[in-house]
Amino acid sequence: MTLELQSESDLELAEKPEPNSVAPGLHRPKVYGEPLLELPRDLYIPPDALEVILESFEGPLDLLLYLIRKANISVLDIPMAALTSQYLEYVEAMHRRNLELAAEYLLMASMLIEIKSRMLLPRPPKPDSGEPEDPRAELVRRLLEYEQMKAAAAKLDAVPQAERDYEWVTVWIADKVAERQPEVTLQDLQSAWMALLKQARIMQHHKIKREELSVREHMSQILRRLQGGAFVSFDRLFIVEAGISNLVVSFLALLELVREKMIEISQSEALAPIYAKLADANPLHA
Amino acid sequence: MQSWPMQTLYTPEDYKRVLEAALLSAAEPLPLAELKRLFDDNFDDDTLRSLLADLRSDWAQRGVELAQLASGWRFQTRPEYQPYLDRLKNEKAPKYSRAVMETLAIIAYRQPVTRGDIEEIRGVAVSPNILKTLEARDWIDAVGHRDAPGRPVLYATTRKFLDDLGLRSLAELPPLSDVEKILENVDAAAPQG
Repeated sequence: MTLELQSESDLELAEKPEPNSVAPGLHRPKVYGEPLLELPRDLYIPPDALEVILESFEGPLDLLLYLIRKANISVLDIPMAALTSQYLEYVEAMHRRNLELAAEYLLMASMLIEIKSRMLLPRPPKPDSGEPEDPRAELVRRLLEYEQMKAAAAKLDAVPQAERDYEWVTVWIADKVAERQPEVTLQDLQSAWMALLKQARIMQHHKIKREELSVREHMSQILRRLQGGAFVSFDRLFIVEAGISNLVVSFLALLELVREKMIEISQSEALAPIYAKLADANPLHA
Repeated sequence: MQSWPMQTLYTPEDYKRVLEAALLSAAEPLPLAELKRLFDDNFDDDTLRSLLADLRSDWAQRGVELAQLASGWRFQTRPEYQPYLDRLKNEKAPKYSRAVMETLAIIAYRQPVTRGDIEEIRGVAVSPNILKTLEARDWIDAVGHRDAPGRPVLYATTRKFLDDLGLRSLAELPPLSDVEKILENVDAAAPQG
């Protein structure tokens, strides 16, 4: 326990310099500028160490326990006068050093003085047992309870703690680093594709594209139709179902054929049916 | 991703290997109920416990041990190797001050307690930082209010506190020194003194 070690070193500080060990002519310790001729026998705290020591106590109960244990007195029978004067000396010393005293220390001082004075007075007997009450009982109870918790804290501190005395174990697994990927079967892929096709059919736009219609091609078609040299009626040279653009190209092809004198167009009179026939000079059918 | 067909488990060794894999890869302690979900078989608690005890003894000679905590089973490194592990860390885990440890002890042994109770026992004011430190560690939390003037907050220790100290319950806390006995003697001795 750390406090015990602390106490031992304090004891050493207090007991080392015996009065007869201060040889004349040697270095003499000085306190507040005055040479220290007579060394205190009991609680001696070097002034410079006071601050450090004060910080090592967790409060007035801790200080009292230290004083009691150091003097080797029983908690059950505390000599109030001696303890109070020691405690007050300590508080006085802290006061001289202008250390900011916690209110608890002063409260404890007044409590000790009160107990000390009540010890001198005749005590009224307790109503239940008929015996007089010890004015120290409450202080003793508190000292023991604090000492118990102080010991418990030390024991608790000795219990191995996670992250201080040992670590949790976790195995690195790839699963934790890479997000787990969903699995895909062939069937999933297939049905996804089917769905896509279905969607495409519904969403199909009306598309306009350039139709490649060749005048030359239609010229051949017309010539093929006129083979045999017979008159063919004008309207039979056109395929109405093929659409307007087709009709236009067919008409252009017809005009081209006439211009190149490959066919002959004839009409007996106005508004009479128009006929077409291969020209006699057509080299294809010569 | 390759998916493995589920192996049929026959021997206790087979079951232990599944438990081992689950416990090693878990981020949190696994309670019995959770471990049971690993298997199709309807194990009773005792069977599972004996498998776990077996597994723990399998690991007895390793640097890592299987520990039973308040919230379940978990693998942890052995404390005796911590000084070596600390060499790999940039800083050592800080120690709590005596004030923090005393406050923790009072909450652990006397819970639920108010700040006033702690101050009464320690004889000094409890700084808010002490409680904050313990709350931040998730070792204590407010569990209610005492029905008293000001309705002070009641503090208690958490399950994580037990887990982190390797305890299964508060009953496993180190026993208190026998003050009750001494106090009885005080009462007996008081009239004479």
